[in-house]
Amino acid sequence: MAVDAPARPPDGEPPVLEETAEVDTPGLEREAERAKARQGFLLGLPTIVYLLVFFVVPLGFVVAYSFATRTRSGRTELRDFNLDAYARLGDDIIMTVAWRSLWMAVVATLICLVLAYPLAYYISTRSPTVRNLMLVGVMIPFWSNFLIRTYAWRVLLDSDGLVTQAFEFIGVGDGRILFTSNAVILGLVYGYLPFMVLPLYAAIERIDWNLVEGARDLYASGWSAFRRVVWPLSRPGVIAGSILVFVPSFGAYVTPAILGGNKEGLLGSYIVLQFLSARNGPVGSAVSVVVLVVMLVATLVYFRTGGKNL
Amino acid sequence: MEGTTNGQRPAVELAGVVKRFGDRSGTEVTAVDDVSLTIGDGEFFSLLGPSGCGKTTTLRMVAGLELPTAGSIRIHGEEMGLRPPNKRPVNTVFQSYALFPHMTVAKNVGFGLEMRRVPQSERRALIDEAIELVEMGSMAHRKPAQLSGGQQQRVALARALVNRPEVLLLDEPLGALDLKLRHQMQVELKNLQREVGITFVYVTHDQEEAVTMSDRIGVMDDGRLLQVDTPEAIYERPSTRFVADFIGQTNFLEATVAGPTEVVLANGDRLRLASDHPAGAAVAVTVRPERLTVHRRGEAPADRHTVDGCVESVTYLGNAVIYGVGVDWMHLEVRCPATLAGDRRSVGDDVTVSFEPEHVALVTG
Repeated sequence: MAVDAPARPPDGEPPVLEETAEVDTPGLEREAERAKARQGFLLGLPTIVYLLVFFVVPLGFVVAYSFATRTRSGRTELRDFNLDAYARLGDDIIMTVAWRSLWMAVVATLICLVLAYPLAYYISTRSPTVRNLMLVGVMIPFWSNFLIRTYAWRVLLDSDGLVTQAFEFIGVGDGRILFTSNAVILGLVYGYLPFMVLPLYAAIERIDWNLVEGARDLYASGWSAFRRVVWPLSRPGVIAGSILVFVPSFGAYVTPAILGGNKEGLLGSYIVLQFLSARNGPVGSAVSVVVLVVMLVATLVYFRTGGKNL
Repeated sequence: MEGTTNGQRPAVELAGVVKRFGDRSGTEVTAVDDVSLTIGDGEFFSLLGPSGCGKTTTLRMVAGLELPTAGSIRIHGEEMGLRPPNKRPVNTVFQSYALFPHMTVAKNVGFGLEMRRVPQSERRALIDEAIELVEMGSMAHRKPAQLSGGQQQRVALARALVNRPEVLLLDEPLGALDLKLRHQMQVELKNLQREVGITFVYVTHDQEEAVTMSDRIGVMDDGRLLQVDTPEAIYERPSTRFVADFIGQTNFLEATVAGPTEVVLANGDRLRLASDHPAGAAVAVTVRPERLTVHRRGEAPADRHTVDGCVESVTYLGNAVIYGVGVDWMHLEVRCPATLAGDRRSVGDDVTVSFEPEHVALVTG
């Protein structure tokens, strides 16, 4: 390193080189740290660009559209931003659809929880080999397309379908549930059950079995030990699973369209209707934004309450 | 509860208890093999043995966390049979403590009382008393994750003791603590036991821990109970080679029984030692390193038994010196109080090793 030496004393010792090096070191260190950060950013860049272009920007469009103006001809123009679309959200039709969607999503989530918990508990208490086989079993449905599987249910539930005939054979009602809300709930539970099982399994499997023995040793019956120890400790799984089922159920489009026959509109199909048929982009966007916000808030609240007890 | 009548009955009786674990491939492992044992009321009893010897399984069977394959377990005379753990008058301090991570210290301690439906008003006082007993008063509202290992250990103890169990079972409760804390807790545990007067059954693989705390020790190996006795008797008069070897350092001198009061050592020396083994039985004479003395060759007092040998190693420990002495038919370890370097034997010296005949024990196996 070339060092200008104006401060060199006339006939004293030469400037101490180590001293200058020492002063430079923190700068070099910062430089190295910055280079490292740059490296990390470069590695993440492709994905960041992808998410920006295909997720953040379109989401911005949706938000912008919700404040936009609809012309007489049904075009959406990004001018005169206003709250007209949001004012329409209180309409009876939208409220009815929203409540129906909420109710269906809650029912589907609860049914999934009731079905998944015992299964997850059973899987997590098996030997590792059996455990892995059963987990693969839970995930097998993912290997084929969701749309195709939903159409398969339509075949099964048809008036001469296998399920309908079986119901009629054992004499439980007339068994014709296709195009009813029951069929939609059945489809939602079928589609999202694995999303409940997996987080529940992960949470239960992590519980230290000594704690259950500890509870039993302290006079807890099997049920009390479950209620006071296993259940509270599996709550992170319950919360994660419920969010993973509730969120897609709340905005479901494919299942209600195929199994519900769109006889009773849900939010998903209502939004599609606004964009494609009613040609009312602002209202469709406003409903989308509200659904997104509701889901986001629900997620945040759930994680907060769950996180405290971890 | 039976109250005062408990005093006359042994706290725990095991009779012919066997536990076999089988896996699906059909192989069976006998974890506990025909163990019979009586533990007195108010006793501090330790089950001592290497890992996998069946001591923890024995404890778990008393707690009801495992059911015996055969045999009977009685607590204060009452047959436990297939009773689940929550219906037994015992509590356990687990090796991992098993504190409930989602509950505060006070909630953890109160769990047993709550499960037994002790009224809230009484519960408070009992919880406070138990937390005070283990000196954790200032931590009552913390969660286990906010406590150190030693503090968690105290909470686990309070959580069990608050229920006033007839018998307290402790499964290596000090195993996770560092050495210094462990020594301190040993003293505290022993004091605590004296204070509360509850029978303690203590499982450990640490012989020093067992010797310092226990009224009696049961030594286990490979599922069998080898010897039950006071710490002193176990140390001074071990009954088997395993027990002698497991409890502290020792020397074995191979020998043969010559008669009811005499054995012959492998070098032909005769030793007066009573035994109930038939003449000709192969046995060993065990003598502790600190019971041996090293002399210059031929300078040993006449009333002591002597063996001649040659110093092979000298290890200075500060407060003691360990001599390794080679005798032509075996190797002996001798522990002497440390002397100044000038007065110490050195490697290659010809020496005589001596011991008092009453300081040896006859062992088999």
